Amino acid sequence: MMPNLQFDFLVNKEDNTLTMRREFLGSRQLVWDCYTKSELLDQWFAPAPLTTKTKTMDFREGGHWHYAMIEPNGTEYWGWTEYLKINPIEYYTALDAFTNAEGEINYDLPRAEWRISFSEEGDNALVQSVVTYKSLADLETVIQMGMEKGMMATLEKLDLLLSKIKK
Amino acid sequence: MRRDVFQAIADPTRRAIIALIAVQAMTPNALAGHFDTTRQAVSKHLRILTECELVKQEHQGREIYYQLEIDKMKEIDKWLEQFRSIWENRFQQLDKLLSTIKKQK
Repeated sequence: MMPNLQFDFLVNKEDNTLTMRREFLGSRQLVWDCYTKSELLDQWFAPAPLTTKTKTMDFREGGHWHYAMIEPNGTEYWGWTEYLKINPIEYYTALDAFTNAEGEINYDLPRAEWRISFSEEGDNALVQSVVTYKSLADLETVIQMGMEKGMMATLEKLDLLLSKIKK
Repeated sequence: MRRDVFQAIADPTRRAIIALIAVQAMTPNALAGHFDTTRQAVSKHLRILTECELVKQEHQGREIYYQLEIDKMKEIDKWLEQFRSIWENRFQQLDKLLSTIKKQK
């Protein structure tokens, strides 16, 4: 397994934010590429056994990433990331959204704002993600959807598998 | 109207109320004794907490006691744990990808 890498997960219930800080064994440029190039995102973004497929990627301010996470049985979950501000290789901000294969955003469902910042920690890269939901009810809806679609069950199986491998 | 829980616990007085009634169910009058605000202000906070289903009322004779809805608090933590789990899995996949790319170089 990987050596101990820093992973902080902080919840601020006063301002509806979740903050994740994770260290990676790679240069800041390389990790930035993994977050911003679709051919690399396709290789890690969907939690296994789901796979990622990019439909369109236009990484610029006002541009978007339109992708699907696909279950082994072929079920597709479509996602959309709209890029707001980009400052390579320091940070970018984006709005996520639920969408369909045609890229029509479902405005009835909540959108969270993401600010992803990249810094250096010795030879490693440190990525901080701050996710802001308008309200907890928003977050609840998002997670409820995940559960309804069976994604959570899939993830729980994966957790179990990972904990077995680690032992 | 359904209020959201983050909003409910954003207020310091409401957080203090939650802390007090977590220990034991209390009446609005008993709660008001702990704060430098009016009984009306405490009642308003209790109403918001009730609307968020964070506290529930229990009638005992002529008095209304407020108590904490512990299940609701647990629900929030469960959601957050699932969110964390998704990202832990993603990050582990990114670890693998980084190591693969570095080997190719």
